[in-house]
Amino acid sequence: MKRTIFRNQLLPWLLLAPQLAITFVFFLWPAAQAVRQSFLREDAFGTRTSFVGLANFEKLWGNAEYLNSLQVTAVFAISVTILSMGLSLILAVAVDRMIRSSRIYTTLLVWPYAVAPAVAGILWWFIFNPTIGIMPYVLAQVGYDWNHISSKSDAMTLVVIASAWKQISYNFLFFVAGLQAIPASLREAAAIDGAGPVRRFFDITFPLLSPTTFFLLVVNIVYAMFDTFGVIDATTEGGPAQATNIMVYKVYFDGFVGQNMGSSAAQSVVLMMLVLVLTVVQFRYVEKKVEY
Amino acid sequence: MASITLDNLGKIYAGGTRAVGDVNIDIADGEFIVLVGPSGCGKSTLLRMVAGLESISEGEVRIGDRVVNEVEPADRDIAMVFQNYALYPHMSVRQNLAYGLKNRRTPKAEIDRRVNQAAEILQIGKFLDRKPKALSGGQRQRVAMGRAIVREPAAFLFDEPLSNLDAKLRVAMRLEIKELQKRLRTTSLYVTHDQLEAMTLADRLVVLNGGRVEQIGTPLEVYRRPASAFVAGFIGSPAMNLIDAGAVPFLPGSAHAGQVGIRPEDMDVTPEGPIHMQVTAVEELGAQRLVHGHTAGERMTITLPSDAALSDSLRLTPRPGALHLFDRETGMRMD
Repeated sequence: MKRTIFRNQLLPWLLLAPQLAITFVFFLWPAAQAVRQSFLREDAFGTRTSFVGLANFEKLWGNAEYLNSLQVTAVFAISVTILSMGLSLILAVAVDRMIRSSRIYTTLLVWPYAVAPAVAGILWWFIFNPTIGIMPYVLAQVGYDWNHISSKSDAMTLVVIASAWKQISYNFLFFVAGLQAIPASLREAAAIDGAGPVRRFFDITFPLLSPTTFFLLVVNIVYAMFDTFGVIDATTEGGPAQATNIMVYKVYFDGFVGQNMGSSAAQSVVLMMLVLVLTVVQFRYVEKKVEY
Repeated sequence: MASITLDNLGKIYAGGTRAVGDVNIDIADGEFIVLVGPSGCGKSTLLRMVAGLESISEGEVRIGDRVVNEVEPADRDIAMVFQNYALYPHMSVRQNLAYGLKNRRTPKAEIDRRVNQAAEILQIGKFLDRKPKALSGGQRQRVAMGRAIVREPAAFLFDEPLSNLDAKLRVAMRLEIKELQKRLRTTSLYVTHDQLEAMTLADRLVVLNGGRVEQIGTPLEVYRRPASAFVAGFIGSPAMNLIDAGAVPFLPGSAHAGQVGIRPEDMDVTPEGPIHMQVTAVEELGAQRLVHGHTAGERMTITLPSDAALSDSLRLTPRPGALHLFDRETGMRMD
């Protein structure tokens, strides 16, 4: 790596200043505010604020709604990760076997990534709308009465599909790159060694893809837990009956709709801790290579 | 063990480009055949067609008595050594060797016996539990060989297996491959662009150019009687001098030929020699020296003993029977 030595002490700080300012204003300051607020409680009219220590956190652990939200988040994150990674791996393997027109196919598959989460949410909300949507109509033909407004499992299915759909493009790109990094001669050698296509995939391709897979696993969990606010807000708004109220949506709802700032701040601090843990996992294991 | 027959074999790619055409080679059981030619001559394509990694557009490949055109690579009873070795990086050496046998449901005891035997032959017993990345280039090469040996296939296919090794190791491994093949007596098809490797390894070599066979013969046959000007220039180091016949009208036969070929070692310095050579550079090889120069505007190289007298101008006499005459139009040998 090339190293630059600055003679002027001020210049490096000036060059860093815009980035530092953005980091401070948009990340450090709000985070500090959240931590501060998590120790406070306001009265109903916002006239008095009192320090309550860890009371906001203690309340969370006894709160059935919050515990439900933890469970919902886990189910949601795992489902989104498995669905989006599974589908994108299948698509990537298909492209990898394709000789012609794989470029066009790849380009088209990347498009959903450019769609904003809220728009993706609206899109799937239309598709699955019990009154006017195409999917409930199709499902009705096979005898399934779709209604995500009243059915908890239908609602969860809807938000999982909408969230996974958006992430498929991203996973797909990484899987394609990962597959192309595996020398063709390895698969040829395995073919001569008597392994059929399925066997080759599980014995050779999949193990050699594991660095990519592990990286995407972390990225997808982070995505499902934190970046899916727009999808939830545009489709189910956490309902019905808390069935899709994932942690990040509950932070918003309790804080800005329920006006319970102390609890909302405590929840966001818990989320921050989770991000911290996932980041450590990412650095410790992903950066330290699961490769060969 | 089996013979391999390539019958009018040809390969045309989807765009209509012809990579290989009219290839006829009969490989006897236990024979070591080397396919040699410049890059892009179709030698690897040919090998991959025998392996089943490339589809066959024309003709037939027979292994033993069986036509294998539509047979899967796994069922052709061949083993292949790849240029980059293609060792499975996530498996230990032992697993690499055993993988092909495991896929064929060989009993565990038999797998162990064959792996240990191959490890002993190749002296890789110490590395059996290491991963390929912990091995040197030469050791990886041995493992790649081992993976072929344990299968006890009808034929070995080698795709430039030595080209990733340094010069010294390449010479050593070349000899080992030769000895191993003599010992196992397994029919082998070997691809290389290195004419020296081809000469030293082959029972017979096949010189390819532009997707067609130029000549098939033992190394000495090809060296002594190259079938075309291309083969003459490709086989032998330093390369044969190919001189425009018009520049040396005094040489016998040059009146009808297009090119006259003379090997660098086939000329003697004599006071009345008909060929005048202006010397431009000398390369010392130790045992002998290469003298470069030109005659009548044609480049020329000769080899001389390292104690031979040198001067700026030499008169040379070709040895009797050392002239190779090639046709003006076709470049084919004339006698």
